[in-house]
Amino acid sequence: METLDRKGQSPDLQVSVGPLLLRNPVLVASGTFGYGAEYADFVDVAALGGVVVKGISLEPRSGNPPPRVVETPCGMLNAIGLENMGVERFLVSRLPWLREQGATVIVNILGDSIEEYGMLARRLDGEPGIAALEVNISCPNVKRGGVAFGTVPEMAEAVTRAVRAGTDLPLIVKLSPNVTDIVEMARAVERGGADAVSLINTLTGMAIDIRTRRPRLANTIGGLSGPAIRPVALRMVWQVASMVSIPVIGIGGICGPEDALEFLLAGASAVEVGTANFVEPGVSERIIDGIREYLVEQEEGAVADIIGTLVVD
Amino acid sequence: MTKYQEKAKIVDLEEMGADVVRVRLRAERIAEAARPGQFVMVRFNEQLDPLLRRPFSLHSVDRRGRVDLLVKVVGRGTALLRTLQAGKDVLDLVGPLGNGFSWYAEGPVCLIGGGIGVAPLYYLASVLHEQQPERKIHILLGGRTGREVKVFANRFSWSGHEVAVATDDGSLGYHGLVPDLLADLLAGVCQVYGCGPYGMLRSVALACRQAGVPCQVSMETHMACGLGACLGCTIVAADGRYLHVCKDGPVFDAEKVAWKP
Repeated sequence: METLDRKGQSPDLQVSVGPLLLRNPVLVASGTFGYGAEYADFVDVAALGGVVVKGISLEPRSGNPPPRVVETPCGMLNAIGLENMGVERFLVSRLPWLREQGATVIVNILGDSIEEYGMLARRLDGEPGIAALEVNISCPNVKRGGVAFGTVPEMAEAVTRAVRAGTDLPLIVKLSPNVTDIVEMARAVERGGADAVSLINTLTGMAIDIRTRRPRLANTIGGLSGPAIRPVALRMVWQVASMVSIPVIGIGGICGPEDALEFLLAGASAVEVGTANFVEPGVSERIIDGIREYLVEQEEGAVADIIGTLVVD
Repeated sequence: MTKYQEKAKIVDLEEMGADVVRVRLRAERIAEAARPGQFVMVRFNEQLDPLLRRPFSLHSVDRRGRVDLLVKVVGRGTALLRTLQAGKDVLDLVGPLGNGFSWYAEGPVCLIGGGIGVAPLYYLASVLHEQQPERKIHILLGGRTGREVKVFANRFSWSGHEVAVATDDGSLGYHGLVPDLLADLLAGVCQVYGCGPYGMLRSVALACRQAGVPCQVSMETHMACGLGACLGCTIVAADGRYLHVCKDGPVFDAEKVAWKP
């Protein structure tokens, strides 16, 4: 459904995230949308700004033992443990479908070592149908590797540099909120050659069953997502967007168009919708429609014109 | 297979005892596509707390687009059900999801359910009976009390099936656990279908293995999306690998499951 302004024109939803041009600012977040085909009955993947696929490693990973998810107030904790089919099977069995649909595909990558990140970047470089890479340096669930990359600026910079050296694709680094100063992390990956940052990944959290006196997740701790984390995410996006020069993609508890617009006004050039995909499978397209309606109502011709227009008195 | 999201009008709400509510919904596209053993993800209202949908097995599906679910009221989400009105309110469903049961063209079968695990078995029995009215279908139902089990035992008997009941307190049928009732039947059936608490399913799986009778179990786990995206609904397979209940299941060959002691 097209929403038209008084001159009969539909607002321009196109945004650029560094070198990456998106048809609209609404992407779906890694780990919440599978490889796209899981949502084919509910969403036209080609209508989205982009599909950030489930995180891929060099080799397949089986992930954490169950239970892996538990609901918490206005959110959920997960400790999936980066289960994925590995890069080779992804390229053969999942990427072709996304390419045929005409989706803008952003491949989320993760590794245990700087070398592994570099190898993944080289492997994906030049594969047709990949628009960008998003580097996961912040997943809190795997006991080795992950945490240190995302929380130590020098490590984050080194990983970014290794990926940068392996590919010319637009490079987004996804930041962990579990740090003292996220602006410092953003600056570190900017130095490493990132074209953009996406934030936030999940906040580490925990829940306990008081009857059994055991943690509700087999992994004991997990990542908190959903609307519960949105104010924290918004604050961090605003701070990073104000302090670094590369573009920011906002993530964290976005459940509707109003939430997405908050992030855009705070300075995000695009947003990723995550946990809400589980609750409302078609939410991403509803958000696109809602942004368009807002632009008409506000008499704005282009979504790019409202990015970072937050007024702070 | 196509999945749908339907805002399904509540046609009827019936208290079945033991905090179980039978919800009858008009969900034509889901009803059209569904098969026994599949499930739907249900959202009880549009608030963000509780946030996630909850999975429910299809209890009955008819040709007029009506779908029955059995909902045990255990938390805040399911409690909302008692505030809703038939003929007025809707539930937001996503489905049909998962693989469903499979069956041989003929031969006697046994369906064994514990507590709310009776839910998918009624749908299965209906379809099996409809496809081959001469097929012998044994129904075994277990529960804590007779009050909890009786209403379902009656429904199966009215449909012409042979029903045996076991209760923890002995108030109806056999005084003990429902898998105990399997022993006498196993020699005469070619397939067992089970749904219920984990411990019950494990006993059923073990008994079937010893008797060499194939057994399908419908499993339950924590689940966020139901679509194969979150990878949260893991169970451990007999070979040590992980299976996902929403996509690989919810129905599994009992021999493929690693049964924890």
